[in-house]
Amino acid sequence: MTTLVTLPVLLPILGAALTVIGSRSARLQRLVGIVVLAAVSVVAAVLLVAADRTGPVVVELGGWPAPVGIVLVADRLSALLLLISTLVTLAVLVYAIDQRITDYGRDTASTTFHPIFLLLSTGVSLAYLTGDLFNLFVAFEIMLFASYVLITRRTSASRIRSGMTYVIISLTSSLLFLSTIALVYAATGTVNLADLATRVAALPPGLQTVLALMTVVTFGIKAAIVPLHFWLPDSYPNAPAPVTALFAGLLTKVGIYALLRTQTLIFPQVGPSTVLLVIATLTMIVGALGALAQNDLNRLLSFLLVSHIGFMLFGLAVFDARGAGGTALYVVHHITVQATLFLVSGLITRRTGTVSIDQMGGLAQRAPFLAILFAIPALTLAGIPPTSGFVAKLALLQAGADGGPFTRIVAGVVILASLLTLYAMVRVWIRVFWGTAREPLPDADPADELVVGTAATSRPMYAATSGLIVISLTIAAAAGPLSAVTGRAGTDLMDRLPYTTAVLR
Amino acid sequence: MNTINLGMAVVLAVLYSVGFYLLLQRSLMRILIGIVVLGHGANLMLQLAGGPPARAPILGTAPPELFADPLPQALALTAIVITFAMTTYLLALGYRSWVLVGHDEVQDDVEDRRIAERERPEGSMADDTAATGTDDEEDPGSAAASAEPAGTGVAQ
Repeated sequence: MTTLVTLPVLLPILGAALTVIGSRSARLQRLVGIVVLAAVSVVAAVLLVAADRTGPVVVELGGWPAPVGIVLVADRLSALLLLISTLVTLAVLVYAIDQRITDYGRDTASTTFHPIFLLLSTGVSLAYLTGDLFNLFVAFEIMLFASYVLITRRTSASRIRSGMTYVIISLTSSLLFLSTIALVYAATGTVNLADLATRVAALPPGLQTVLALMTVVTFGIKAAIVPLHFWLPDSYPNAPAPVTALFAGLLTKVGIYALLRTQTLIFPQVGPSTVLLVIATLTMIVGALGALAQNDLNRLLSFLLVSHIGFMLFGLAVFDARGAGGTALYVVHHITVQATLFLVSGLITRRTGTVSIDQMGGLAQRAPFLAILFAIPALTLAGIPPTSGFVAKLALLQAGADGGPFTRIVAGVVILASLLTLYAMVRVWIRVFWGTAREPLPDADPADELVVGTAATSRPMYAATSGLIVISLTIAAAAGPLSAVTGRAGTDLMDRLPYTTAVLR
Repeated sequence: MNTINLGMAVVLAVLYSVGFYLLLQRSLMRILIGIVVLGHGANLMLQLAGGPPARAPILGTAPPELFADPLPQALALTAIVITFAMTTYLLALGYRSWVLVGHDEVQDDVEDRRIAERERPEGSMADDTAATGTDDEEDPGSAAASAEPAGTGVAQ
């Protein structure tokens, strides 16, 4: 059982090596990518069941016991997020293969896309599983370097600008992370998360606050919390749709996961955190209002992403078991729905030839299936019952209602931000799907690999998007058992003992 | 908890401030140097986190209580490799930018500027330029912002 924990990291990185070796055959690359991700999904599901039944599954790498060696830990939260992330990655890969951005034309394989895609998956898996702060840094670097390549791969003159912004912001946050690790090590003499949980508590309160704030800033840049979000709506929309979907679905959520893990395990506190509540409020409002001003569909979705990061932060800021559980459930829901929306946006752009909303119209008549594909995740994101968004928001609101007067006010902001999300989505619906039908614009850049402005779209792209919608609907249908699991995960996070005793036997 | 000597603290302060100053420049080459300097600062801090200089941690050469802490050195080694990768990647990106657009300037969010221009209330200072509809409103900080067509709204 314990060796299973290494597989979500080992399989993708070995798969990446295999796709480099087999870079002459596009078919082999596709096969390796899909098989590896499917296998990791199965492993993650097994880990989730095991962690839920018998507690965290821990493996000591190289046989060195913690806190000397590096441990990989799959507890309820990590296994759940690993499962949903890998499923989303798999769907995005199918979409990307069918959109033909993974290789040159039909048959000529590319040496970059598949290996880098699998490396990104490696980094994400390692970030979820690692029980070591420095190893978390390495995981972030694997993930981010893969994302740098994906966002600037075969870039054009108009897109390189946003790629540069993204790379520089990410590098800065990486160096801040490194500085944080140095400070943590200087203060405590360990980088093992479970060991830090006990040692940081012995530090003077001022030093604890400094370290906690450094981690909030570091992970806050990656998670795009306001006021550290400016880079996101600028950079994400400029990548191809599947890449944007992957980034929006996974990368920011890994930042949220790291925040959730470090704040609850290393810097626990009693009662709601005022600082985090204020940041969460700002993030929700700024993101939602920013979305209303946008004309570019992808930028609009990016601002909504920022807004919903605030929802997850709110659950953490409440700082009790229900809040943490609510955040876990919200992350699961949001990874799925945000990736779906960006994939649908890619389909819309393929059909209309543009991303600017005021050049679209009447798409409901021309492409009714596409309209359904947009409507379901849009309503899910806004949190209309009975979708998964409603279930996740309900968990957050319940936590907020119990937290005290201030959290009740912020819970009101959650409702307001949900209404603004709904408003933004309705505006998109009216302007894109209703009205007089417009002819698709011609492909602005026929030379590149992205085909836009065509009605011809093969089935796998639709199938991948529909698959994600099915996952999202399953989350809503299985809301009872799933919220029970995330509730137990929240209790674990606040209790801390299940994690620390499993690691430091 | 370890304490560090004043000299090293000053060196760290200089490295971090120079690094962040260079990060705030427009040219990617300066930013690259800034990231390299910042990386040196972070690596030096990792080294200092292990405590004062001591004997090499090889069993049999000295009693264990005289050993230096080897872990921060291992961490710094990993971090140095990662900073090296960052440097090469940024160099490649700068070269690509130079090939594609003829400069390596890091520019502002063009679409954001356009929306801010559009949403500006009537009668304000910039009303003249907004009314004439100059979509490629140039950012004073970036001489090359007009090198690409702004406000087309088509990114793909």
